Amino acid sequence: AIIILGRPKHLRPLSLAGHVGFDSLPDQLVNKSICQGFCFNILCIGETGIGKSTLMDTLFNTNFENFESSHFEPQVKLRAQTYDLQESNVRLRLTVVNTVGFGDQMNKQESYQPVVDYIDRQFESYLQEELKIKRSLHNYHDSRVHACLYFISPSGHSLKSLDLVTMKKLDSKVNIIPVIAKADTISKSELHKFKIKIMSELVSNGVQIYQFPLDDETVAKVNTTMNGHLPFAVVGSTEEVCVGNKMVKARQYPWGVVQVENENHCDFVKLREMLICVNMEDLREQTHTRHYELYRRCKLEEMGFKDTDPECKPVSLQQTYEAKRQEFLVELQKREDEMRQMFVQRVKEKEAELKEAERELQSRFEQLKRLHADEKAALEEKKRLLDEDQSSFSKRRAAAQLLQAQSLTANGKKDKDRKK
Amino acid sequence: SSLMSLHLHFTAAVMTLISFFFFLSQEKQYVGFATLPNQVHRKSVKKGFDFTLMVAGESGMGKSTLVNSLFLTDLYKDRKLLNAEERINQTVEIIKHTVDIEEKGVKLKLTIVDTPGFGDACLEDWKPITDYIDQQFEQYFRDESGLNRKNIQDNRVHCCLYFIPPFGHGLRPVDVEFMKALHEKVNIIPLIAKADCLTPNEIKKLKDRIREEIDKFGIKVYQFPECDSDEDEEFKQLDKELKECTPFAVIGSNTVVEARGQRVRGRLYPWGIVEVENQSHCDFVKLRNMLIRSHMHDLKDVTCDVHYENYRAQCIQEMTSKLAQDNRMESPIPILPLSTPDVDTEKLIKMKDEELKRMQEMLNKMQQQMHEKDQ
Repeated sequence: AIIILGRPKHLRPLSLAGHVGFDSLPDQLVNKSICQGFCFNILCIGETGIGKSTLMDTLFNTNFENFESSHFEPQVKLRAQTYDLQESNVRLRLTVVNTVGFGDQMNKQESYQPVVDYIDRQFESYLQEELKIKRSLHNYHDSRVHACLYFISPSGHSLKSLDLVTMKKLDSKVNIIPVIAKADTISKSELHKFKIKIMSELVSNGVQIYQFPLDDETVAKVNTTMNGHLPFAVVGSTEEVCVGNKMVKARQYPWGVVQVENENHCDFVKLREMLICVNMEDLREQTHTRHYELYRRCKLEEMGFKDTDPECKPVSLQQTYEAKRQEFLVELQKREDEMRQMFVQRVKEKEAELKEAERELQSRFEQLKRLHADEKAALEEKKRLLDEDQSSFSKRRAAAQLLQAQSLTANGKKDKDRKK
Repeated sequence: SSLMSLHLHFTAAVMTLISFFFFLSQEKQYVGFATLPNQVHRKSVKKGFDFTLMVAGESGMGKSTLVNSLFLTDLYKDRKLLNAEERINQTVEIIKHTVDIEEKGVKLKLTIVDTPGFGDACLEDWKPITDYIDQQFEQYFRDESGLNRKNIQDNRVHCCLYFIPPFGHGLRPVDVEFMKALHEKVNIIPLIAKADCLTPNEIKKLKDRIREEIDKFGIKVYQFPECDSDEDEEFKQLDKELKECTPFAVIGSNTVVEARGQRVRGRLYPWGIVEVENQSHCDFVKLRNMLIRSHMHDLKDVTCDVHYENYRAQCIQEMTSKLAQDNRMESPIPILPLSTPDVDTEKLIKMKDEELKRMQEMLNKMQQQMHEKDQ
């Protein structure tokens, strides 16, 4: 018998008479995380040349291996690269996934598919690990996409239809953070209108982009403010320009210098703060608890599993097993019968084929035999004729010889008679 | 006294400080993910923690008193103690106490699992205890395999404190058998109970003896994880001392007494006052520091990553071997499909296929020969 004291619904709080020390639990957890290292995966979707790689370089202050993509890719592809970064004592395994050729094809209706497939593949990989018998989830290199930066072209007017279609397909699979790329081509007033237009289009089409979380009081205020600045208008640059007495990341134009880290010039700093400094852990958590769980649930339902009805008593694993076993015994018996039938069918077919081939061979054989017989008969006829000819020829020759001989002797007698 | 936990606090604080420093400064190489530990910290505080501790040992070993001393509270108000007669046929019961405690903003849902009746009846029986541990694993396994995993409750037992009586020469058969029954299901921490009846020499002898017997009988008690190689020497020395001190000899007390001008938890004797938190009197402080202040999270991790995974793997293998016996490969809970169905029939089909292929080839050859004859 198990007796439970302290009703689980509303746990009784106890007061402590001194310092017990479990307030170190968060520190214990932090130490373990630091030992293990962290991992983060970003997916960048945007047209060729819109500045995905440059932005990543700028964000992470490094030079990832990049090369210019061509505009003539026949299909959208994804390229993933993994890097090990370290800042102070924190190790980060960062994977950057870029789309290649997005928006270049003439027919863009299925452009989202390779992206959806990639995201699903990473979920599937994790699910497979989770379902293994001997699994090691704490060691597993998590490749699931934690954040998706969607690069919007700075047209200044509205989203493109490709943008809407793609984001709609992705919003239940990944945390989408839309950014306005190459924002140094838009003026402040245009930008304001553009942002409003984009957000209203997203809302009216029911696209769920990632909202910076408001449940933790420590960061709720800054997150609320930032939510109001979406989508972030960014400018990327790895080149440095001298401004005042410092070298800063910037783009130099004849009319001025756009400073990447100047909050008056663009929202780069906001993006960095939100994406990396404040909400990176939340992005990972949302991916795991929301997007992955949804994928898993759908996948398992597809495979035919269902949860027990919460109304009735929870059935023991043994009972569930027995019930399912019966079900599957029947199912598999059916499949076995089908397979047997199919096998028998196949054997019959092969037999028929072979019989047919045999018959064919037989008939050809007969045919050849006949031909052979015919030829033989023909030959024999010829031979007979030849023989006949020969015999008649020899008969004639014999007759001719006889005649000759006779005529010779007759002539000889005549001569004798004359002489007398 | 709690140097270890202090060290932990210090390291964690320094790390978060370093991260913050980077966060605030406008360093050239600044990216910002050094704040990740801080984000993790923040989220974990918000979420809160939970821990399940089981205590096992004969009646009167001071288990409840120790738990109260550890958590500086009184979980056992108004409990009824049985007398010997009532205990003859006593079966082992499982009693759970769950409480919410909070310290410096960190919330902990603590569950203490008591096992009254263990070691009391004439016939030793701890099946209810192993069953309980297995049931928690099974429930977690079922929940984890379900479709909706939003609110999984983790009731798995993270640690079992086992109280060894100080009155004997070492481990008794029941101690060995019980610990062996549990050592692959839960983290066992053996303790020498009521250590105030042993002199320091006697304690040392008993500890050595018990450690020897644990080795001899192959009992796998909870092992402290190895120190990081980059920890300082002082920390490493502390860690070494801690490991050499096991099994901890403990004393608990529900009463506060006056000793050396201070009010402390202790036991008053005519010959002196035993102070629970005095490290020269007993290992209580070491136990508390280890169990709560430095290794609580590791105990949870080992439970999840080792004991639970072993249970799960075993469970699945049993299920699939049963399935294999019937030559079926489907399963009621989501696991990876092992191989394609009906391996034997497939093999047969393959054989027949090959045979047919061979015959076909022979026929082809014959046909070709006739063709050639034709020409």
